[in-house]
Amino acid sequence: MTLTEAQVRHVAKLARLTLTDAEVAKAQGDLARVLEAVQALDGLDLSAVPPTVQVHPQVVAPEADAPEAPLGVERALANAPAKVGTSFSVPRVIG
Amino acid sequence: MAAVTELTLSALSLELEAGRVSSVEATRGCLDRIAALDGQVKAFLAVDPAQALASAAASDARRAQGKRLGPLDGVPLGLKDLFCTTDFPTTAGSKILEGYRAPFDATVVARLRAAGAVFLGKQNLDQFGMGSSTEHSGAFPSHNPYALDRTPGGSSGGSAAALAARFCFGALGTDTGGSIRQPAALTNTVGLKPTYGRLSRSGVVAYASSLDCPGPMARTARDVAMLYQATAGADPDDSTSLRQALPPLTLDAGVKGLRIGLPAEYFGGGIEPEVEALVRACAQALERQGASLVPVSLPHTRFALPTYYLLACAEASSNLARYDGVRYGPRAAGATSLKDLYEKTRSAFFGDEVKRRLLLGTFALSAGYYDAYYRKAQRARTVIARDFTQAFGQVDLLLGPTSPAPAWRLGEKLEDPLRMYQMDALTLPASLAGLPAASVPAGFTAQGLPVGAQLIGPAFEEARVLQAAVALETAHPWHQKAPVL
Repeated sequence: MTLTEAQVRHVAKLARLTLTDAEVAKAQGDLARVLEAVQALDGLDLSAVPPTVQVHPQVVAPEADAPEAPLGVERALANAPAKVGTSFSVPRVIG
Repeated sequence: MAAVTELTLSALSLELEAGRVSSVEATRGCLDRIAALDGQVKAFLAVDPAQALASAAASDARRAQGKRLGPLDGVPLGLKDLFCTTDFPTTAGSKILEGYRAPFDATVVARLRAAGAVFLGKQNLDQFGMGSSTEHSGAFPSHNPYALDRTPGGSSGGSAAALAARFCFGALGTDTGGSIRQPAALTNTVGLKPTYGRLSRSGVVAYASSLDCPGPMARTARDVAMLYQATAGADPDDSTSLRQALPPLTLDAGVKGLRIGLPAEYFGGGIEPEVEALVRACAQALERQGASLVPVSLPHTRFALPTYYLLACAEASSNLARYDGVRYGPRAAGATSLKDLYEKTRSAFFGDEVKRRLLLGTFALSAGYYDAYYRKAQRARTVIARDFTQAFGQVDLLLGPTSPAPAWRLGEKLEDPLRMYQMDALTLPASLAGLPAASVPAGFTAQGLPVGAQLIGPAFEEARVLQAAVALETAHPWHQKAPVL
C-alpha cells in the first residue's frame, strides 16, 4: 500500500509533526516499504482469533487505592521550559 | 594480578567481600578505562566520576563497619539512559529530553541503589529504544569494541559496548523487541529479557508499554542472575508488574534431562551460515551435558516483524504524545499557538526514526485503518504466542540464534529501515509472547565478530533460562575473550 502525499500530511498532522516537502517524500517511500511488509498479515485468517491486549493478565490484580504524597509544585515545575508563578506557561489558547 | 576491570561482576563481588579489592579501586579502574577509551567506543552519554567515587567510598566504609548491604554493594554499574535517575540527566537518547532531570528514580534503579551499587553514568541508546544499532541516538552512534567500525547493536548498544569494553561490571537495559538480547549477541555479552512484568517499568521512559521489559546485562549469566535477583519482583507503582513471588534461581542445576527445542524457523533461510553453525555447536554442547534436542516449529515466526512494528509504533504514538514542549525538555522558539508549539517542538527535537515510527503508529490507529492494521496485529500476536504454548508442550526451552547476522558496519543499514528491522526477526516473537529469553555468547565468526545464542523459556521460567545459560558458558567460556582496544 502506498500513501498519497495528502495522506502522509494528514497522518503527520494527527501525530503533531510538521514535515518538510523532502520529509513527506521520504516518509511516503519508507511507509510504503513497511506497509508492504505488513501486508504479509493478510495471508492469515484471524477472524476467529481474539486480540491480545496484555500477555499475562491472569497474574495482575488491581491494587487498592492508597493516597501518597504528591510531587509538589516546585518539583513538578523544575523541568518546565517556561513557567509563570506556579504554572506552566504556554501561548495564549483563548483569544 | 590482571586489571580489576577484567573481573566478572560475580568475581568482583567475592573480591570485595574478602577485602582484596575495594569499591574505590574497582570504580577508579572503570573510570580510568572510560577516560582512556570511551572516545573510541562512545558508550556513555554521561559519566560522573566524583559521584561514583563518593558512592564507592561510602560502600567501602559500610564494609569496613561490617554493614555490607549485599553482593552488589560497591559494584560499578551503568544504566541505559532510558531509566529515570535523580542524580544524572535522563534523555532517552533524544534531543527532546535534553537537560531533563527526573524527580524520582525508576523502581529498578532505586532497588540497585538500595543494594549499594555504584552508578558510573548513563549509557547510549537509539532514541526511546527505537532502533537496532544506536545510530538513532540523538547524540552519536556507539562503536563495537570487537570491531570499532561496526555497531554494538541496539537499542541498549551503549550498555553492551561498555560491558564488552570492560567499562562497567553490569548494566540495566530495556528490551521491547530485542534491545537487550541483540546488542548482547553482537558484543559477546549476556542479556536477559525477563518475562513481561517481572521487572517494574515504573520510571522507565515508555516506548511500547505492552512490550517494554527492563532487564540485566553483564558479561556472564551468573552476573546477570545477580542483577536480576536484585531488581525483579512486584512493584505497586507498575500495574502490570507480576505480583507472584520470585521463584528461586537454580543456576547450578545443569541441563541433564531438559528437552531443548530447535525451532526450524530460526535456522536456515535468512540466517548467516556461520551464525547457524555456532548456535548448533551450542545445542550440541547442551546435548553433551545431558539435554535432549528436539526439532520444533514456530510456524508464525515470519509474522512477528509486521505484528511488532504495527503494535509497537501504535503504542509509541500514544506514549510519546507527552513530549510537547510544555512540561519538560526544550521548547521550539516562535510558536504562535499551543498547537503550533506542539508541532514545532516535536518536529525540531524528535529524531528521524522516532518520527517514522510515530507516523506508522498514528496511521495504524487512524480512522478507517484501525481494524485493518492495529486490531489485526493484536490478533496476529495471539497466534504468535500460541506457537510458543504449543512448543512448550513438547520442550522445556528453545534455542536459536539471537541475531541472524553478526555486527554490521555503521551506516550500512541506516538508509533502509526495513533491512534494519529484519535484524530483530528472531527476538521479536518472544517479545510479543512476553516470554523470558537470554542471549549468551556462542563464539566468534572467522572475522572475529561475536555471535549470540538465544534461550527462550516459558513464561515465568527465568530460572530455567539462566540455568541453561550457565551450562552453556561453562562449556564454552567465550566471555573470557576480551576485545583489543
